[in-house]
Amino acid sequence: MSAPIDIQPGETFTLNVGPQHPATHGVLRVKLEMDGEYIVHAETVLGYIHRMHELMGENRTYPQVLPNLSRLDYLGALGYTHGHVLAVERACGIEVPERAEYIRAITVELNRVASHLFWFGAFVMDLGGFTPLMYAIQDREYILDMLERVTGSRLTYCYYRFGGLYNDIDDEFIPAAKAFIPRMRESLKKYDALVTGNIILQKRLKDIGPLSKDICKRYGATGPVARGSGIDYDVRKNEPYSVYPEFDFDIPVYHECDSFARYKVRMDEMEQSLRIIEQGLEKLPDGPIMPKKKPKLIKPPVGDYYQAVETARGNFGIRIVSDGGKNAYRFKLRSPTYSNMHLFDEACEGMLIMDALALMGSLDLVIPEIDR
Amino acid sequence: MIKDSVKKALQELFPVPEPVVEEAPPTDAAEGEEAGAKKKAKKEEPRINGVLERDYNACGYHLDVQLDPGELLAAVLILDKADFFIESITGVDWIKEDQLEVVYDFSRFDFDLCRVVIRTRTPRPDPKVPTITKIYTGASWHERETHDFFGIKFEGHPHLVPLLLPEDADFHPLLKDFKP
Repeated sequence: MSAPIDIQPGETFTLNVGPQHPATHGVLRVKLEMDGEYIVHAETVLGYIHRMHELMGENRTYPQVLPNLSRLDYLGALGYTHGHVLAVERACGIEVPERAEYIRAITVELNRVASHLFWFGAFVMDLGGFTPLMYAIQDREYILDMLERVTGSRLTYCYYRFGGLYNDIDDEFIPAAKAFIPRMRESLKKYDALVTGNIILQKRLKDIGPLSKDICKRYGATGPVARGSGIDYDVRKNEPYSVYPEFDFDIPVYHECDSFARYKVRMDEMEQSLRIIEQGLEKLPDGPIMPKKKPKLIKPPVGDYYQAVETARGNFGIRIVSDGGKNAYRFKLRSPTYSNMHLFDEACEGMLIMDALALMGSLDLVIPEIDR
Repeated sequence: MIKDSVKKALQELFPVPEPVVEEAPPTDAAEGEEAGAKKKAKKEEPRINGVLERDYNACGYHLDVQLDPGELLAAVLILDKADFFIESITGVDWIKEDQLEVVYDFSRFDFDLCRVVIRTRTPRPDPKVPTITKIYTGASWHERETHDFFGIKFEGHPHLVPLLLPEDADFHPLLKDFKP
């Protein structure tokens, strides 16, 4: 047996969280310089599952890239494919039938609820409560079943096409979605009673992990992270796209800036998504799901096009630089968690390690989406 | 409108009133088409530095700024003062012109929508651009990523080591002449 290490006061040591640590929810590594239980300095190390989707976007034709987008974020894939089809539609000037846009909005919102549910379960599990994950996954399963019926896959959807959809929703989808909404509302009440008021959760989250407005601006943090810091910013409202202006929904904003505020934002967002789904099902127009006039070959005119959408994690942007060919000249993906995670290094300095892990959980990380 | 004030502030960076000013007469539906036509016409000759107003519906941003790397910090400071947040930084390899372009995206947490794109070009054999990490801390990862993919050196960056590529990577996969 070696002699016990004698650490002097003020002396620091290095602690690696990850790349295979359950709290990082994927292959992410954070190199922490610790002074006892306190973090002195943090450095995030990325790239463990970097796949270079941007180069694939240049090597393949536009329709061939469609499946790539859903491999970015396996929890909220539809939001990302939505961004991609909108960008190409903007570049080529393709008109989308109204029914297709409504179905897109409904499925994206269902996917957002599924993503938030999984985050909710995993986040509470990070804090030591295992049971809520089981409830959350059960509810999420309903959504996955519904989406599987229409899209054909459970997680890595490739449902949207340039100009419309791959297939129409069927007779079973609408009743299933209508039945799901009251069920989910009951569940949200249950989660509130089971988790939100829990004193352990509140002690772990309230006033922990403050992220100021300024830090969000400097790092470009968006989505629930920004909205938990009192920034009223949601691409669906600020930069309306698709049929979102037709819906009546609110953007939950909390001004406490702590981890609990981010928790509350996501819990409230699920209710708002349910409202959008409800209205979408009500207003759903009849008609075709693909436009009559659609170019056979997708060849955007020369230019530089940008499209931003609000995914479950924040502002996802896609830039297409076209030289008029079948492939994109440059295909840039701006992923929301990339910016959200970046502020972790600065924000966790001086925190207790367990609080920093709670902060990390409240950022809602999906690593394949950071690494791309 | 924030767009007009930012545009005015940015235009002051370009002292000589170049042909750019032609496009200054403000907003109309026809204005966007005109900008689109100009864009097509400009395809042949390299673009002159300056501020262009773009049709948001056609390309997804409002102001398109091209400048020399030396003026970059001044332009970014203007945006910082106007409460813009950094969205992303990326590169484009214009191999035919033997240039690398760095593209900066800025947007605002606001209902007064204004997206600004800043472009700057640097010679391909020795690509160098000043870092903006001193103004926007969050530019750090974006600049490291651009350095990974294009080999562009961001002068003054505190920690310009590979981020997404392996730590010993000496290749730049998004250059058009990259062979795996």
